[in-house]
Amino acid sequence: MSKASASLLPKAFRDWFKSRGWKPREHQLELLAKAKAGRSVLLVAPTGAGKTLAGFLPSLVELAERGPGRGTTKDKRGIHTLYISPLKALATDIARNLEAPVQEMGLPIRIETRTGDTPSHKRARQIERPPDILLTTPEQLALLLAHREAREFFKDLRRVVLDELHSLVTSKRGDLLSLGLSRLMSLAPQATAVGLSATVRKPDDLQRYLVPQRPSSPRGVGSERVSAPERGGGIDEVADLVPSRAPSTASSFKEEVTHAALADLVVVKGGAQPDIRMLELDERLPLAGHTASLSMPTIYELIKDHKTTLVFVNTRLQAEYTFQELWKLNDDGLAIALHHGSLDVTQRRRVEEAMAAGKLKAVVCTATLDLGIDWGDVDLVVNVGAPKGASRIMQRIGRSNHRMDEPSQAYLVPANRFEILECRAALDAVHEAAQDTPDARIGALDVLCQHILGMACADPFKLEDLYEEIRSAAPYASLTWEEYEACVAFVATGGYALRAYERFAKIVKGNDGLWRVRDGKVAQQYRLNVGTIVESTMIKVRLGKSSRSRPGSVLPRGRLLGEIEEYFAETLTPGDTFLFAGEVLRFEGIAEDEVLVTRAASGTDPMIPSYEGGKFPLSTFLAARVREILADPFEWDRLPLQMTEWLVQQRRRSIVPGPRDLLVETFPRANRFYMTCFPFEGRLAHQTLGMLLTRRLERARLKPLGFVANDYGIAVYASGDIAARAAREPSFMYELFSEDMLGDDLEDWLAESALMKRTFRQCAVIAGLIERKFPGEKKTGRQVTISTDLVYDVLRKHEPDHVLLRAARADAATGLLDVKRLGVMLQRIRGRIIHKPLDRVSPLSVSVMLEIGRERVYSDNADEILAEAEAALLDEALA
Amino acid sequence: MTALRKNKETTHEIELAGQLALLDLSGGLYLPAHDALLVADLHFEKGSSFARRGMMLPPYDTRETLSALSDVVSRFDPRVVIALGDSFHDIGGPDRLGDEERATLSGIQAGREWIWVTGNHDRILPDSIGGQVVEEMNLGSLTLRHEPEAGEQAEIAGHLHPVGKVVMRGRATRRRCFLTDGKRCVMPALGAYAGGLNACDAAFKPLFPKGFTAHLIGTERIFAIAKSMLCRD
Repeated sequence: MSKASASLLPKAFRDWFKSRGWKPREHQLELLAKAKAGRSVLLVAPTGAGKTLAGFLPSLVELAERGPGRGTTKDKRGIHTLYISPLKALATDIARNLEAPVQEMGLPIRIETRTGDTPSHKRARQIERPPDILLTTPEQLALLLAHREAREFFKDLRRVVLDELHSLVTSKRGDLLSLGLSRLMSLAPQATAVGLSATVRKPDDLQRYLVPQRPSSPRGVGSERVSAPERGGGIDEVADLVPSRAPSTASSFKEEVTHAALADLVVVKGGAQPDIRMLELDERLPLAGHTASLSMPTIYELIKDHKTTLVFVNTRLQAEYTFQELWKLNDDGLAIALHHGSLDVTQRRRVEEAMAAGKLKAVVCTATLDLGIDWGDVDLVVNVGAPKGASRIMQRIGRSNHRMDEPSQAYLVPANRFEILECRAALDAVHEAAQDTPDARIGALDVLCQHILGMACADPFKLEDLYEEIRSAAPYASLTWEEYEACVAFVATGGYALRAYERFAKIVKGNDGLWRVRDGKVAQQYRLNVGTIVESTMIKVRLGKSSRSRPGSVLPRGRLLGEIEEYFAETLTPGDTFLFAGEVLRFEGIAEDEVLVTRAASGTDPMIPSYEGGKFPLSTFLAARVREILADPFEWDRLPLQMTEWLVQQRRRSIVPGPRDLLVETFPRANRFYMTCFPFEGRLAHQTLGMLLTRRLERARLKPLGFVANDYGIAVYASGDIAARAAREPSFMYELFSEDMLGDDLEDWLAESALMKRTFRQCAVIAGLIERKFPGEKKTGRQVTISTDLVYDVLRKHEPDHVLLRAARADAATGLLDVKRLGVMLQRIRGRIIHKPLDRVSPLSVSVMLEIGRERVYSDNADEILAEAEAALLDEALA
Repeated sequence: MTALRKNKETTHEIELAGQLALLDLSGGLYLPAHDALLVADLHFEKGSSFARRGMMLPPYDTRETLSALSDVVSRFDPRVVIALGDSFHDIGGPDRLGDEERATLSGIQAGREWIWVTGNHDRILPDSIGGQVVEEMNLGSLTLRHEPEAGEQAEIAGHLHPVGKVVMRGRATRRRCFLTDGKRCVMPALGAYAGGLNACDAAFKPLFPKGFTAHLIGTERIFAIAKSMLCRD
């Protein structure tokens, strides 16, 4: 410890470190110095680097030196330090960890948490007597800021600590938090922020996020938008799909970048290189599927040989399956537990506690365990299935071995042959420490609407002042005055061109020029609606028993298996089989708000696919690497032999495409004509592509019947001969895949797309157009609800440029429809489509063909479905 | 019978209590014997009704509904139009009707007889909206009323907003529909913001003790779907 930095640390602290046998780390002291200098900081450090203590140390020192307040109402102090975490559990965890040094040093510091679980009397007391350090979540911060006492409560704030910042900033929660931060900084300009983050690709995005931005362009000009969205359909609509406030496209943004305020950056270099490898088997992996069943015995042995293992999987279903399989092998009775989002909370907490206490040998888990809660002494991480992204996999590996100077141990387990490629690409990325965290977000307009109402609840505001404050938040730095006004108008009266609701306005402008909330009822409405997480409604799954008295009928007498999304249940029809709770189940029907199922006969293949098959699409970065490995035969040497053989076969029978090419194969099979292609752009973009391709094939009178998509490619099947058409018209394939599909075709599809309607619904809830439906609330019919699908239809027709539709389109660009990525792909393959007419299926195509029957067939064409159902009636009549 | 020929594309013929009825893609029902067009559950001004409570739905529902109404009326050009209740979402609805919408409505009413059957949402209707107001009425052997009543009497009613849900191989669609057993018909709601009640709901059971056929309104035409093919929500 250098003398200068040592002097920053009071004696009590130095003694405390010594008593623990610790030494303050370099970055912990550095943060202390930064805090003294009044700087905001982004701390990038691997797990186990003492990040949390580094974040809090300056606060603890300052509070220790400040001494206790007198506690009288006259001398009332606001909070000193605010800590925000993405998880309630993390906030509680950190509070507990902080108590240790505070008590051991006998510091006069009050630490409290405020989450959804905090009882109302405690909340009231916190406002009355603010603690020194408050630990909370972004939603609770929004509520606090909308409180009438907010100004008083935060006036003495010195420091904001944002934990797991890399994960927070990638979602609308991050938008909400950035707006909260902008308000905090105007209530307490003396405060500094510190962000704690894992390694990211562009740290300056996070550095900007932490400090108020000062966009240079004068308000009202509104020229930052490169392409102001035009009303009506066509290409202009599409221009709007790719958010035009994107920093990379905004010409004037360059200037802003040079003026952008940045927090300081402190990077703790990772310790030892992780010891990570691919699990290779002698047996051949299947061409499709995600279960990795062949690898289970090896995984089991690995668990046995290590102290504690985390087995990460991508979906809940994989978690269920893996857990089940491991227990089948578990002759040694190892303590192997399961942890995923649909499990009961109490059960999850039990697993977490057992884990922390070192009582478990292994936990099979999904992304719910991705975040930085301390899980005890993990010495091995196994990732089953596709890694999906390089940064993602590195963060998971970071869960193993909390002593940062020892290498983490990890295995990647591919479940099918394509995943071998993906694992190879991910391994390379880890060794180069390459990152693929997403770009900084453009702040969502629906979140902004919510925030504006919240700010009106707190204090009357001046239109211009709030605009400047909002633009100091990095995601909203390029917000135009026009967009802002549209949001304010939405909050007030819905913001429609037809000004019909003036007399019902929720916020109104007074004679003093200030906007204020109309009454307490509106504020109440805001409080119930706060937050950006719109949970899909879940429905319970119960095992049924066959009725003895009435053969063929099923009674809801069995045990509860868990919950599935309502929208998934809605697409099931009696007799469908699907995988849940590790078993193949037969859907029998819905009885009294429960899905009734029976066990399917053994050996039955599930008919309906794993819903939410892979929640995260393959990252653009890994996809590019996979294409490169595929294209370069020298690279094949680094792949397992079974993979090389497969690729050699592909080269013999068709071709292996270059890294920027799009391979399109066509071939006949069983009276149908198939077309496969391999863009490697992830499932979501492929689904959208499939929808648009089938529309175009329909128009070309090639009678498409359906398509399936996975992370790597899609297969379309038709009763018309696609290859014959392409032979007759040389430009056919280019026209089929031309970028103009993102024009009218996309617009037409969006009009009826169920995914788009779901996207719109989320925006409508977040913006506060309709009230949130709380889980567990029964549909009574009496309830004041309205179908957002109907609202979508009407709004789209009468006001296509409305702020809510703009918000939904911005979401569609990157969310469930991934239109932006599709656009980039279509641009990439322009002039690089290689059509290979074949007489039978190629090795590459087999992999996606295997999804048929396993994956859902996509279609939003209502008449097709109805015609099929009508035909069934005729069949019945003629039988 | 020009109306019959002209609307061949958009209609679906059924027999109802011994007479011909045309189910129209708009959700309207035309009785050629009486040259009468029936519509149900228009729910005018539902948007503004919600706005009063702080949910600012797009204020275009009334004009959207009027445009659908105007379209079907001009296609059949009937002697009489009968709206089967809940034409306005609440009692204050007629007052909130915008000038433009009021004029459009008068235009549609011009040159024909217009009957408002009252519903539970609009028990009272002012004279200002034109036409005559009745609680229920008979048309030949058929009773026309808002709420269907179980029993032997042949009737056409609204109130329940039936929708049918069909799922085929993992693909689902939920559409407004007419439910009928040949003697009774429950019509779909025509209002732009009128939601739907699943045809499998218990509320329909006493009305159709021997089952029904659902005529689902597709994008291009109407489809006759057996009750056994319908799914719950």
